[in-house]
Amino acid sequence: MLNNFCFWFAALVALGASVLAVSRRNAVHGLLWLVLSLLAVAVLFFMLGAPFAAALEVIVYAGAIMVLFLFAVMMLHLGPAAQRQEAQWLAPGVWIAPGLLALGLAADLIAIARLAGDAPAGAGIIPPEAVGAALFGPYVIGVELASVLLLAGVVAAYHLGQRRDRSLGEGAGSG
Amino acid sequence: MSIHTIGVIIKDWLIGLLAGWGVPVELSRLLIEVLTWAVGAALCIIAIMLAALVFIYLERKVSGYIQSRLGPTRCGPVGILQSFVDVIKLLLKEDIVPAEADRVLHTIGPILFLAVSALAYVVVPWDEGGTVAGKVDAGVGVLFMAAVGSMGLIGIVVGGWGSNNKWSLLGAIRGAAQMVSYEIPMLLALMCVVLQAETLSLAGIVEDQKGSIIAWNFLRPWMWLPVVLFLISGVAEINRTPFDIPEAESELVSGFHTEYTGMKFALFFLAEYGNLLLVALIFSVLFLGGWLSPFGYPDPLRLPGIIWLLAKSLLIVLIVMWVRWTLPRLRVDQLMGLAWKLMIPAGFVALGVMCAVIMLGWA
Repeated sequence: MLNNFCFWFAALVALGASVLAVSRRNAVHGLLWLVLSLLAVAVLFFMLGAPFAAALEVIVYAGAIMVLFLFAVMMLHLGPAAQRQEAQWLAPGVWIAPGLLALGLAADLIAIARLAGDAPAGAGIIPPEAVGAALFGPYVIGVELASVLLLAGVVAAYHLGQRRDRSLGEGAGSG
Repeated sequence: MSIHTIGVIIKDWLIGLLAGWGVPVELSRLLIEVLTWAVGAALCIIAIMLAALVFIYLERKVSGYIQSRLGPTRCGPVGILQSFVDVIKLLLKEDIVPAEADRVLHTIGPILFLAVSALAYVVVPWDEGGTVAGKVDAGVGVLFMAAVGSMGLIGIVVGGWGSNNKWSLLGAIRGAAQMVSYEIPMLLALMCVVLQAETLSLAGIVEDQKGSIIAWNFLRPWMWLPVVLFLISGVAEINRTPFDIPEAESELVSGFHTEYTGMKFALFFLAEYGNLLLVALIFSVLFLGGWLSPFGYPDPLRLPGIIWLLAKSLLIVLIVMWVRWTLPRLRVDQLMGLAWKLMIPAGFVALGVMCAVIMLGWA
């Protein structure tokens, strides 16, 4: 009973926060609602018996990626003018097409849930050890590919950082 | 008698009491579970408040002795009531919100910061079987702590941006950059301990060090690098000097909490001292055997484990204070350079050494 209550509560929070994240005119407020939505999804993962996925959701998405977004948005420090522009972009007509698409997806989901019948949501609690064994057993190629992707990101970041340093040096020299 | 057995006795007594009133067993079990959570949460907050009261006094006295001053002497014998007087002052102060600030975010910032700090306390093993959220800890204790720890800076960022002040914003941005950077060496050091103990549970990490002081992690040579990394990145995570550039008063007024007064300011302060105790507790759990007595298990002195844990944590807190009043503040570029150029590579070296130790079968 308590589990069910937690599940429905977290699901409601996730839905409401997502709607608010999309509809806010202030970018920082929208991002903070998105953080709340990600936290609620982490609770859902936890309730479904995937504590490792829940922890990663918080550490990686809510804790690192969203903070970087917040960082960028705050640095820009958008004023009231940006909010007015956002209000123009979010005119009622804009909502129709994405709303229809989302409705279609929701209908899809409900149909699938209906067809599948009363299947259990999760196969018991999956401990982090099992996730690790699966990642470095059958899925090791995926892990290696992901690390290559990250390496590309690191190299690119190093390249960008270098170029900025050089231009800074020139500026300081001429000034 | 350990905390765990006391808890079980109280639970059984409550179930008996409720059954006597004609409440169904199922419902009373549910009620007691909710009640246990509420009591646990309250205990975590009380722990933070007590820690702040004691540490503020301690910090003033320690800094006084280090700088050849007396520290507080006026309120009560040797100034021991100073913290209480400070609390009253903060409670009575007017709560000011800047006119151009984002009212809601300005209020939420300090609350979030304190809530996150308190949340991490639920996985601390105070005694044998004495963890508030024992089930969470048994599965993913270390991960939970890391996840909660990474949420702390949201409070700083929200408060700093919501104040609508350049110093606050700069402080918040510095804080975010610093906390994201130092989280990496901290987690790498943590991973070495997890590999050593072969469990993600903090209680399990203490169990792994069972025995006298010789069995504790800090005496294993391959743990020396993680010990240093964890202590340095721990101090950086809680924004204390020499890593306090998010609130550097010589350049940023007082950083992300410039625009805060009264109780909201007090919440930031509470959370900072709560985090100080938390880092000391986690350090003791990871490397100093947590609630274990240095004379072997079971404890020949028969002291409760929580006393040993608090004694070890107090030692760490004193070391961190000593560092604060001895070293000057780092520059921003030095701070980031230290994290990315020195501590993260050192963290990978420590992890590699740990793996080699395990493969050679020395662990």
